[in-house]
Amino acid sequence: ASKKMAAVQDGSIKPEPENEIKIETANEVPGNPGDASGGVPPTAPVATEKPAAAATDSTERQTLLAVLQFLRKSKLFESEEILRREAGLLNETGDSQGAGAGGAGLGGGGGADPESGDASSLLSRVAGAVAVAESPNATPAPAKVTGGEDQPDVNVVLAAYSQQGDPVLYPVYYSGLKRFIDSVLDCHRAELSQVFYPLFVHMYLELVYNQYEKEAKAFFDKFHGDQECYYKDDLRILSGLTKKEHMKGNETLLDFRTSKFVLRISRDSYQLLKRHLQERQNNQIWNIIQEHLYIDIFDGMPRSKGQIDSMSGSLAGEAKREANKAKVFYGLLKEPEIEVPLDDEDEEAENEEGKPKKKKPKKDSTGSKSKKQDPNAPQQSRIPLPELKDSDKLDKIMNMKEATKRVRLGPESLPSICFYTFLNAYQGLTAVDFTDDSSLVAGGFADSTVRVWSVTPKKLRGVKTAGDLSLIDKDSDDVLERIMDEKTASESKNLYGHSGPVYGISFSPDRNYLLSCSEDATVRLWSLQTFTCLVGYKGHNYPVWDTQFSPYGYYFISGGHDRVARLWATDHYQPLRMFSGHLADVTCTRFHPNSNYVATGSADRTIRLWDVLNGNCVRIFTGHKGPIHCLAFSPNGKFLASGATDGRVLLWDIGHGLMIGELKGHTDTVYALKFSRDGEILASGSMDNTVRLWDAVKAFDDIETDDFTAATGHITLPENSQELLLGSYMTKSTPVIHLHFTRRNLLLGAGAYNP
Amino acid sequence: MAEERRSKLSNTLLPTESMKAIAESIGVSQMQEETCQVLSEEVSYRIKEILQDSLKFMHHGKRRKLMTSDIDYALKLKNVEPLYGFHAQEFIPFRFASGGGRELYFYEEKEVDLSDIINTPLPRVPLDVSMKAHWLSIEGVQPAIPENPPPAPKEQQKAESTEPLKAVKPGQEEEGQLQGKDKKKLLEGSAMKLKPRSTHELSVEQQLYYKEITEACVGSCEAKRAEALQSIATDPGLYQMLPRFSTFISEGVRVNVVQNNLALLIYLMRMVKALMDNPTLYLEKYLHELIPAVVTCIVSRQLCLRPDVDNHWALRDFAARLMAQSCKTFSTTTNNIQSRITKTFTKSWLDEKTQWTTRYGCIAGLAELGHDVIKTLIIPRLQVEGSRIKAVNEGPIIGNIDKIGADHVQSLLLKHCAPVIAKVRCPPDNQEQYRVEYGYLGPMLCTHVVKARAQAAMQAQQVNRTTLTITQPRPTLTLSQGAQSSRTPSIIKVPSSITLPMQTLVSARPSTPTQPSPPPTKFIVMSSSTGSTTTQQVITLSSAQSSVTSTSPVTSTVPSLQPLVKLEGGHTQGAGPLSGGGGASRTMQKYIVVSLPPAGDNKTLTPSLESNSATSVKLERDDSPATGNQSPQPSH
Repeated sequence: ASKKMAAVQDGSIKPEPENEIKIETANEVPGNPGDASGGVPPTAPVATEKPAAAATDSTERQTLLAVLQFLRKSKLFESEEILRREAGLLNETGDSQGAGAGGAGLGGGGGADPESGDASSLLSRVAGAVAVAESPNATPAPAKVTGGEDQPDVNVVLAAYSQQGDPVLYPVYYSGLKRFIDSVLDCHRAELSQVFYPLFVHMYLELVYNQYEKEAKAFFDKFHGDQECYYKDDLRILSGLTKKEHMKGNETLLDFRTSKFVLRISRDSYQLLKRHLQERQNNQIWNIIQEHLYIDIFDGMPRSKGQIDSMSGSLAGEAKREANKAKVFYGLLKEPEIEVPLDDEDEEAENEEGKPKKKKPKKDSTGSKSKKQDPNAPQQSRIPLPELKDSDKLDKIMNMKEATKRVRLGPESLPSICFYTFLNAYQGLTAVDFTDDSSLVAGGFADSTVRVWSVTPKKLRGVKTAGDLSLIDKDSDDVLERIMDEKTASESKNLYGHSGPVYGISFSPDRNYLLSCSEDATVRLWSLQTFTCLVGYKGHNYPVWDTQFSPYGYYFISGGHDRVARLWATDHYQPLRMFSGHLADVTCTRFHPNSNYVATGSADRTIRLWDVLNGNCVRIFTGHKGPIHCLAFSPNGKFLASGATDGRVLLWDIGHGLMIGELKGHTDTVYALKFSRDGEILASGSMDNTVRLWDAVKAFDDIETDDFTAATGHITLPENSQELLLGSYMTKSTPVIHLHFTRRNLLLGAGAYNP
Repeated sequence: MAEERRSKLSNTLLPTESMKAIAESIGVSQMQEETCQVLSEEVSYRIKEILQDSLKFMHHGKRRKLMTSDIDYALKLKNVEPLYGFHAQEFIPFRFASGGGRELYFYEEKEVDLSDIINTPLPRVPLDVSMKAHWLSIEGVQPAIPENPPPAPKEQQKAESTEPLKAVKPGQEEEGQLQGKDKKKLLEGSAMKLKPRSTHELSVEQQLYYKEITEACVGSCEAKRAEALQSIATDPGLYQMLPRFSTFISEGVRVNVVQNNLALLIYLMRMVKALMDNPTLYLEKYLHELIPAVVTCIVSRQLCLRPDVDNHWALRDFAARLMAQSCKTFSTTTNNIQSRITKTFTKSWLDEKTQWTTRYGCIAGLAELGHDVIKTLIIPRLQVEGSRIKAVNEGPIIGNIDKIGADHVQSLLLKHCAPVIAKVRCPPDNQEQYRVEYGYLGPMLCTHVVKARAQAAMQAQQVNRTTLTITQPRPTLTLSQGAQSSRTPSIIKVPSSITLPMQTLVSARPSTPTQPSPPPTKFIVMSSSTGSTTTQQVITLSSAQSSVTSTSPVTSTVPSLQPLVKLEGGHTQGAGPLSGGGGASRTMQKYIVVSLPPAGDNKTLTPSLESNSATSVKLERDDSPATGNQSPQPSH
C-alpha cells in the first residue's frame, strides 16, 4: 500500500538536479525577462532556456528508457511496445513539446511539482492508452530506476542537511539576520521577513538531523514565537520532532525538504538581503537560501505586509508566478440548441399567462449567440463529452422552464432558505448532495451507509426483477413507468457496500447514478434505478475524501489521502488521469462548469486547477491558512470560491490567476459553498451553525483588475468584508455541511442536528 | 500581529514513570532511566503523529469532537492494528478520586459477567435517521419557529441589558471578536458603531399568538390558561413579544388592583412566573415594569373585594416568592435590587400606621429572601410585632378584618421564624425563656421550634434510610449502541442537573435492612461544580427524597451495595447536622457518596448519635426547604 505513496513522493523528488540548474539561472541572471515571465510564448524561452530544456530532455529520455527496461523485466511486453511507440512519437516532437506544451508552466517553471505533474500526465497517457493494470505498476518504476543515478531515498533527501556549521552559531546567525531585517527600511522589512519561517524550519531540521538535540530545542524555543501565527499547525508538528529517527517517514518534513519553499520578493529587497549575507560572509544562511528556497524575484514596488499575509500560509510558500500564467479556457461550453416542442410551449403559455412564450425564444437565441462569441471558452470537442440522450434533453427543457420562473436575487431580494435537518444521525452524517433538480437528497454516514431520500411526493421505486420485466409490453408508451416496481416504493433507500465512513457523495446529472467515496479507499457507483452498487473503483490506497461527477456526466474526479486526484470515466475501472502535485491530502474536488478543468483543494493549504485534457496543473492558489474543505465555481466559470478550516472564504479570478476577495465572518470550518444560479449570491455554510449570504456581484466588481495587478498578482484586498455580508442565519445547533440552489434560486441547506 | 504570535508551543512528553509503569504491567521490570527517557520521547512523538492524522478524520467527519474511531482509522493509515474494544459512544468514563493529597484519574474497568450481559434485555433500537425540513429564512428574514434558534439567545439578551455598548447584531459578533484579536485594527478604531435599533415589530402570526395567549391567560377556561402558561414558559421565540407581555402585566396589575379583582391579579402573577421560568428569556430589561407589579401584589392594602373571605394571602405569598426569585436571578451590585426591595419592605413594615394586609406582605416579602434576612430583620422585631398582635387579640374588638390580619401575620411569623430559630438556638426550649426573649409570640414560637426540631430529626432519619445508589453504566458491547441514552428512563426521574458527572446515575430508594452484608466498598464521587447550579442540585435532591415512597419500586442495578449518602456542605455550620433546616449557606461543592456495610446502619442512624466520625452518615441540608412547595413544614 505504501508503494504508491512513495511513488508520489518520489515523483516530486526526482527532478532535483535540473532544478538546481534552473535556480542558478534564476539567481545569476535575474535580469533576464524571459526567465521572469516564464515560458508561455513558444519562441522566446527557447533561446534563454536552452540548457534547462536540454537537461529536461535528457532526463526524460533516461526515465523513459528506465521504464521500458522495467516493463521488459516484468514481462509486460505489450505495454512496453505501446509505450515505445508513444515514446517514439514523443521523442520526435519532444523539443517542440518541451517548449510548447511543457513550457506551459512545466519546463519553464522548473519547480518540483509541475515536473511531477508532467510525469503523471505521461503516465496517465500510458494508462489511458493501455487501460490495463500496468499503470500502477509503472508508476513506481521511473522513480526506482532513476534511483540509480539519484537515489530518491529519504536518507539521501535528508543527507543534504549533513553539511553544517557549528551548532552553537545557529542562533547567532538567525538573530543576526533578524537584527538586520529589523533595521532595514519599512518597505523592505515585510518582504524580507518572509525568509524567517523557512529559514527557521530548515535550520531547526539541520540541527535535529545532526543530532544536536539540545541545541535544536533551544533554537526552537527561542525563535518559534517569532513565526507568523498561521504556521502554528506546522510548528506544532515540528516541535514534536526532536530526533533524527523521527525524520524518516514524516510527511510534513519530506514535503518541506523536497519542495522548495517559494518566496516572492522584489528585486530591491532581494539585493539588500544578498548584499548583507555576502558582506557578513554568512554562508550558512546563504546556503539554505540557495538550496531550500526558491526566490521569485519581481521588479517593482515591494509588497506590503497585508499583501504578503493574504497570499502566504501554504505549506510550501506562495505559488510561483509562472505557475499561474497558462491560459485557462474558463468560458462555458455552448449549450446544445434544443428545440422546445411547440405544443408543449403552447400548453405552458395557456397554463400561465401567455407571456413566457415571447420571452423564451429570445432568450435562447441571445444565449447561444453570446456563448458562441466567448473567446475564453474551450473548443466544444476539447474534451469528448457524452452525447445527449432524449431524457437529458427533456431535463434541459425542464431546466429552461424553471429558469423563467427563477427569482432574481440581489442585496434587496435575498433567497429563502429551506433547511433539511437530519435527526437521530448521532454525529454520523458526513456528506450530503442534492440532485440538480432538487428532487433527491443523498446522505453519506459514518456507519458506512449511503441513504437516498426523495423530497418530492414521488417515491423512490426500484426496477422490477428480470422475470417481471420480460412480461411487460416493451412497445407501450409508458414503458418507463411500467418497469418500475410499485411494491418497492418508499421515501428513502439505503445503500450498503462501503466498509468505512462515506466522506463524499455526488449525483450524476441525469439522476441515474450516485457516486460515493469512503474511508475504505474505494469510490462506488450506485444505480438509482435498482438501488444497487454497480462498480467499485479501486485506485486510491488510502481514504478517499471527496468525489464529484462532471457536470456533463460520464467523468468523475476523486481525491484522497494519497495526495493524488484521479479522473475517472464511469466505464473504465482505471483512472484516466492522475493529478499529482499536492503536498498533502486532496481534501475536496470540483469540476469546472465546462468540464475541461478540475479544481482540487488540499490540506497543504493550496488550491490547484488541473487541465483535464493533458493533466497539467494550470493554477496554484495560495492564501488559505488551513486545510481547504470546499470549493465552488461561479456559474459563468470565471471565479472560484474556496472555504477552509480557518473559517475564511477566498475568491479567485481563474483567468488572471488572482485572489480577488476574502470573506471573513465564519468562526469555524466552512464546509459548504454555493453560488446562486445566476451568480449574484454566494452562500456559505459552516461548522459554526450558520448560513451566510454574500454579495458576489459586489465582491467581483469591487476589484479593479488593471494590468499592473494582473501582471504582478499583488492584490490589495478591501479591508472590510462585512459590507458584502447580506445575511447570517443561525441554525439550531446544526452544522451546515451542504448548500444547494434550486433551479428557481431557493437555497437548500443540510446538516445533522447535533444537540 | 507580533503580540498574538506569542503562543507557547512546547514539546510535551509523557512522564518516564508512565513508561516504567507500563513496562511493569507487561512484566518488564528494572527499566533503566535512560531507556525510559528514550521510550517516552519516541512514544510521545508517535502518539502525536497519530493524533494529527486522526484530526483529519474528525474534520472530514464534520465533527468538532475527536472520537475513538478517528484514532482507529489513523492507526489503520499507518498499517497499525487498531485498538479493539473501545467504542465508548460519548466519552471514556474517567473517574476521579483523591486521597492522601494525591489526585488520580482512572478508568474503572470492571470484570464483566457475560451471562449478565446476555440475560439483560436488548436495549431499545436507536431511532432511525430521518430528515425534517423547515424554513431557515424567508426572503432574508428568519421566522421565529421552534426549529430555529431563538432570535436573540439568552446570553445576548443578557449582554444587551448589562453591556449595552457591546451589543451587536447576531451576524456581527464575530467581527467584534476578530477586532479584539487584531490589536492593530482596534487601535485604528473603526467608526463608532451605534447600537442597532432593536425592532419589535411583530409579524401577523406573532400578533395572533400574543392575542390568543393573553386572552387565555386571563380568560375563564382553566385548561386553556394552563396551556398558555406552559407555552410562555417554554416557547423559545418570545423575545420579540417580551415588551408587550411586560406592559400587559404591569397595566393589568394597575387596573385590577384598583378594581380589587383578585382572580386576575393571580393570573397575571402566574404569567410573570411563566416568563421567569422560560429559559430563553432574560427579563432584566423589563424589571422596571415587572417589579412594581409584583410588589403591588405583595403589599397592596386591598387586593380583593371581600378581604375577610377571599384568600388574598396566598397571592401575597406567591408574589413574594416571585420577588425573591427575581432578586436571586437579577440582583447585581449595579442595580441593587435586593437591597432596594429589602429597604422598601422594611420601611413600610416599620411604619406604625401600616395596615395588617400590607404588614403581612412586607413580612412575607422579607421572609422569602432567605434565612439571613429573617435572622437580621425579622427575629429582632418579633417582640414588637407580638405586642401589636396581642393588642388586637386581647384588646377591644375593633373589627373582624384586623383580627384576621393579625392571625395571618402571626402564623406567617411563626412559620418563617421557627426553622431559623431552631437552627440558631441550642435545644433546651423553654417556654418562659422564649417569652422573655420574643414576647407575646414566645410560647407559640417555642412549640413551633420544638416541632421543627422533631420534624428535622424525623427527616434526617428518613434521609438516612434513603440511599443513593450508584449504578455503573453497564459495560456495553458494540451492539448496544445508544444504550446509554435509552437506559436512563429506567432510573427514576431525576433532573439532569442532579446526575453526577462521570456517568453516575443516582436513584433514590429505601434500603432493605434484611439484605446480606456486602463487602465494605467505598466510592468517592465528587462533583466540582460550583455556585448556583449546585444549590439547585441540593434543592431537587431534597424534593426527590420527599417523593421517595412513590419511586421506591425502582431499584438500582447494584443491589448488593448499600451506599449511604453524605452531602457535605461547603461551609461547616455551627448547628448540629441533624437539626434539620436552617443556615443560609448556598455553596455546595462536593458530593461524597460513601458506601458502607449495612450492618452498622441501624446504630448510626439514630438521631441521638451526632458524632462526626467517618462512619456516621448525615445529610446537611443547605437550603431552607421552605422555598419549595414540597416543604415538610407543619401546616399553619
